[in-house]
Amino acid sequence: MTSSQPVALPMDRRAFVQRFGLAFSFLLLMLALTLLSDRFLTAANLINILRQATINGIVSVGMTMVILTGGIDLSVGSVLALAVTVGASLMKQGQPVGLAVVAALGLGALLGMINGLMITKARIPPFIATLGMLTVARGLTLMYTQGQPITGLPASFRWIGTGVVGGIPVPILLTALVFLAGWVFLSRTRYGAYIYLLGDNPTAARLAGVPTERITVLVYAISGFCAALAGLILVARLDSAQPIIGQGYEFNAIAAVVVGGTSFAGGEGGLGGTLLGALLIETLNNGLNLLNVSPLWEQVVKGVVIALALLLYKAFSPPSR
Amino acid sequence: MTETIPRLRLEHVSKAFPGVQAVNDVSLEVYGGEILALVGENGAGKSTLMNLINGVVPLDSGKIYLDGQPVTIDSPRRALELGITMIHQELALIPQLTVGQNIFLGREPRRWRFWIDWKRLYAQAQAELDRLGIEVPVQARVADLSIAQRQLVEIAKALSYHARLIALDEPTSALTERETETLFRLVRALRDQGVALIYISHRLEEVFELADRIAVMRDGQLVAVGPVQAFTPAEVVRLMVGRELTEFFPKVPTQRGEPVLRAVNLRAGREVQGVSLELYRGEIVGLAGLVGAGRTNLARLLFGADRPEAGEIWMDGQRVEIRSPRDAIRLGIGLVPEDRKSQGLFLGQSVRFNAGAGLLERLSRLGFIDFRRINQVVKTIIERLRVRTPSLNQRVRNLSGGNQQKVVISRWLTLNPKVLILDEPTRGVDVGAKAEIHALMSELAAQGMAILMISSELPEILGVSDRILVMREGRLVAEFSREEATQDLIMQAATGQLERRVAA
Repeated sequence: MTSSQPVALPMDRRAFVQRFGLAFSFLLLMLALTLLSDRFLTAANLINILRQATINGIVSVGMTMVILTGGIDLSVGSVLALAVTVGASLMKQGQPVGLAVVAALGLGALLGMINGLMITKARIPPFIATLGMLTVARGLTLMYTQGQPITGLPASFRWIGTGVVGGIPVPILLTALVFLAGWVFLSRTRYGAYIYLLGDNPTAARLAGVPTERITVLVYAISGFCAALAGLILVARLDSAQPIIGQGYEFNAIAAVVVGGTSFAGGEGGLGGTLLGALLIETLNNGLNLLNVSPLWEQVVKGVVIALALLLYKAFSPPSR
Repeated sequence: MTETIPRLRLEHVSKAFPGVQAVNDVSLEVYGGEILALVGENGAGKSTLMNLINGVVPLDSGKIYLDGQPVTIDSPRRALELGITMIHQELALIPQLTVGQNIFLGREPRRWRFWIDWKRLYAQAQAELDRLGIEVPVQARVADLSIAQRQLVEIAKALSYHARLIALDEPTSALTERETETLFRLVRALRDQGVALIYISHRLEEVFELADRIAVMRDGQLVAVGPVQAFTPAEVVRLMVGRELTEFFPKVPTQRGEPVLRAVNLRAGREVQGVSLELYRGEIVGLAGLVGAGRTNLARLLFGADRPEAGEIWMDGQRVEIRSPRDAIRLGIGLVPEDRKSQGLFLGQSVRFNAGAGLLERLSRLGFIDFRRINQVVKTIIERLRVRTPSLNQRVRNLSGGNQQKVVISRWLTLNPKVLILDEPTRGVDVGAKAEIHALMSELAAQGMAILMISSELPEILGVSDRILVMREGRLVAEFSREEATQDLIMQAATGQLERRVAA
């Protein structure tokens, strides 16, 4: 009657077909770019795409969990900025790199926790709570840096962004690690299962004894943590923490999650789709650059292609019963 | 039968969903001026058949004729244009809008094309309600209405479309006796006006009281159809389940044990005004009362879903503080809520996580889920409850109503609570599943569980309970033993014609 094999993500045929449709759109895009540009399908360019996708990819991991609970985190870009400028300035003050990194990650998680507490304790809707955090954290970043970029960071720190291990850039390894950890968390742990239950039906979750407030605070904390980690990689690569760093990152992250098939309604989707979604968006960026599309048109084309991708895999899914 | 050409004729109609042949080669006629009762267990295919007629899902094969003409019904809108309306088991009103807005949703009377003529809208809505004798304020928001009132509004809405064929799916499941009578009068009046009516109900008394003909479905097929006089209730049940059901309310006599839960003077607003009660091991207590008497509110207080303003709760002789459902669960209290879709189920999630939601805490190590043991426990329980599902991975959305209810009950059985509160446990559940749920309650009580069952169905209260409490306007107004209770006594107490001292 039942398979003894535990199935990781709550997924049925529809979700499978959707994901397959997404992969199909992705392959179609790759094929088109291969035909249009001979520089696309080269090892260097593919690695480049992966490297470009790491920042948004990591932010999207946290965003996926938030959206799975039925929430949204608009503050990721600002949280990233405040966390990394504090971390970078600690390094400039001569603090150990390890301490600065931990401080930045901890600050990201803390700001996320504050989002979560605003939502659970003060009962402010996620959209408003994180919109508030978006402006507050950005304002604090500008005050803290007095509008000046922080540069000239220690080499040992810059390794996070520029190092290579076994031929693979460190950012790519870190991103893979984050996705893997996130996938294990969502599919194998109790709290991961609670995230799906909470997103599916918050009332039923509470009545079933799910610690709904704790889960909510946790997912926003994870989102803040992921944002800070992505920011550290970015700063390490650029050797510069600009006060306006991370602006608009929420859009790319939300796009990756939603293109990846995670439902805004909560309780449906997962990291596999998000990974594909993040790669699709980055491949598109890369392709538009290779084809010398004017930056003015880039945004428009990107939006249209994302909409087409969504339509395509919607066409693949059979009508729900 | 007042007409010779059937209003609606189905010819060899079939529909399959992944894994199930929901409707299998059904041919059926409905005439104007008759009430055809459609009965069958949950999952027998009644709802799918109605969805085919209503254009919600497309046919796989077969033909539909309306007044002798072949028709294609490809959307609910098309169905509406053809004069076919459907009153669903799940209410389709928009809670944020008013009664009037809901009735005329999408066809509001206009002024100068773009402006909604509110005055006319509410006047017309009032006329619709008056015509049916429904007393609900037209300007009230639907969210503020009781479930029973919403149902009446839904019926008024359907009837305002001047329908020629009306299908009613479990219309009385949330209605009180008086409201049910109002509905019946209405249904009969419509029949006499020549409307064709399809009436789906699990309550056989209603079917025999109301219907002209009965059609019985089982496993997607039509197994019998004929005039109501040709059947007895026992026969219909046998046709539905495909076997004899010996007793509707199998009751195992149980030994009342020590007290488990004691509530003293609980208060919360107008709904619960100082309620004291005591639940004992091995005892099923039935909580009767009219809709809105505060029964559900009381259950929610005991379970920690709401906080009381005053009062005490004791478990096993210890004063306890129940701040949340988590606290209640930890103390060994479970609640099967009134509305399984909005409060009980995770529709998009698997049977495993729906039934095992409470187990996750117990069966995980260092936060990691022990899938093997969860599968084991859930499988044992759902087999015991005879939940029909292709696998533990099946999304609960795809199960029938009775099976969904069993999944919610399974969740509590995996935790083996000391006290189980069931709020309308068999609402919208077919006779087979209902008997199974009743048998299960008896069995659980025999094993020493204390059970508090809220029900608006008096036969259920009388059949299942060892002791019966009656609530009215936020107070416990009467207590009866199983032996002394009758429908009349309970109704008198529920409506305020009788007060009895309540011991507790």
